[in-house]
Amino acid sequence: MNGLRDKAAIAGIGETAYSRNSGVTYQALLLQAAVRAIEDAGLTAKEIDAIIPPCFGAPADTFAVNLGIPDLRYAATLRIGGAAAVASLQTAAMTISSGVAKNVLCVTGWNGYSGARIKGMGSIWDATITMMPIMREFEHPFGFFIPVQWFAMMARRHMYEYGTTSVQLGAVAVAMRKHAILNDNAIMKKPITIEDHAKSRMMADPLRLLDCCLESDGAAAVVVSSAERAKDMRHRPAYIMGVGEGYPESPDYLAARPSLTETGIKKAAPKAFAMAGISPSDVDVAEIYDCFTWNVICQIEDIGFCKKGEGGPFVEGGRIELGGELPVNTHGGLLSQAHVLGMNHIVEAVKQLRGTAGKAQVKDAEIALVSGFGDIGDGSAAILRR
Amino acid sequence: MTEHQKPLPPISPDTKEFWEGLRRHQLLIQRCQDCGTYRHYPRPMCHNCNSMNGQWVKVRGRGKVYSWIVSHHTVHPAFPTPYLVAIVELEEGVRMITNLVDTSPDEVYIGMPVEVFFEDVTEEITLPLFKPIDKGSRRT
Repeated sequence: MNGLRDKAAIAGIGETAYSRNSGVTYQALLLQAAVRAIEDAGLTAKEIDAIIPPCFGAPADTFAVNLGIPDLRYAATLRIGGAAAVASLQTAAMTISSGVAKNVLCVTGWNGYSGARIKGMGSIWDATITMMPIMREFEHPFGFFIPVQWFAMMARRHMYEYGTTSVQLGAVAVAMRKHAILNDNAIMKKPITIEDHAKSRMMADPLRLLDCCLESDGAAAVVVSSAERAKDMRHRPAYIMGVGEGYPESPDYLAARPSLTETGIKKAAPKAFAMAGISPSDVDVAEIYDCFTWNVICQIEDIGFCKKGEGGPFVEGGRIELGGELPVNTHGGLLSQAHVLGMNHIVEAVKQLRGTAGKAQVKDAEIALVSGFGDIGDGSAAILRR
Repeated sequence: MTEHQKPLPPISPDTKEFWEGLRRHQLLIQRCQDCGTYRHYPRPMCHNCNSMNGQWVKVRGRGKVYSWIVSHHTVHPAFPTPYLVAIVELEEGVRMITNLVDTSPDEVYIGMPVEVFFEDVTEEITLPLFKPIDKGSRRT
């Protein structure tokens, strides 16, 4: 079960500025993040020999051409939406430990505000979602279109089964905003309160505007190399101790799930912990895919930071804020930093382990957990150590 | 019948009988001929035993609300907000995404008994919506 443990490490990280008006194309944004990650690793673009591109719009060819990669040995696209960034660490570790390639570039991002918006149901959105044909036939005719509706359906059920409250959802939004305010590269800088959350307009009852992540422009990238090689690169490596993917039953049709309140991360996280040989209580900081507030609560339970159903009380009282028992999304997350499909969570975890997280630094952080959540509940988890 | 502005389902050979049944105001659900497991959405294979011998069973169309939302944010102009979307669990155990009619957000609850209501939206397409049981019929 520990086949990939400590075989690979994140050697380089790169981000663009996060904004609502990048002024450049999607491809240009991705390339900017990519070259920054490559440079951060102390490599040249010619040394990249494998690419895991984003799940839509920019194939590996785009990177190979622009970066001038002479010998691309492997490319794989992971079509699991927001779970893909963290899952790409597993694919990268497999690629490296098998000897197929040496330096893997993983990159995600989008012009999510200035480009095609989620509510516009644009072509990028259509191309992203693998289950779109089923949605068109069995969901769209009933006005069930977009993520806030899917997760409202799951949140309602979670409230019914476990007594989770909107105030508890609000605690997640407030914590992410506090962290974003500490971050120079975060979009949302205005403090919010539980009352602001309760007063924000209803999107899909029970989820309100402040339960929703941002639509933003930006991209982020990491370079994964072998643990041995990473030791000699520019920065202290973040070793991939454990990693896993997991899928719910009936991954493509929400209604047919045995449970609406458990997601793929429930299967992904135990694999990652078993590989790493640690338990949730060993984690110093967690960067949890926060497309909506409820998803954070659900994942905190499914990862095992608390029992199923106790995620609501868990996020209250500052427990997930800096200084709390489990600081979550120290960069501000998708809710308040930017939505770049979760690669920003990996970048932040690496900063925490390098000790370069600035005002949001968790003192002596040694172990970080990063999660991904995509396509209505596919999950991925990675445990990184310094 | 006014022109239907909402998205219509793109029907495939695997799902044709489901939609043809609705046109006749019958709710048909697939059941495996070998192991008896029901499934929805319609598809070629039984997820329990991998048999491809499916049959279409006309069901009563009764069930309970399993979860529900009130959609306030306008996503598609043909859906005036707010509107109710629900997952309904049929007596046969399968669940489907649908709209609730003849009720309001104040009345809906998880576990609410509901029955199918056939909404003819075009000459070809009838949608399976659900309404509370024992509330009388819509558009009397």
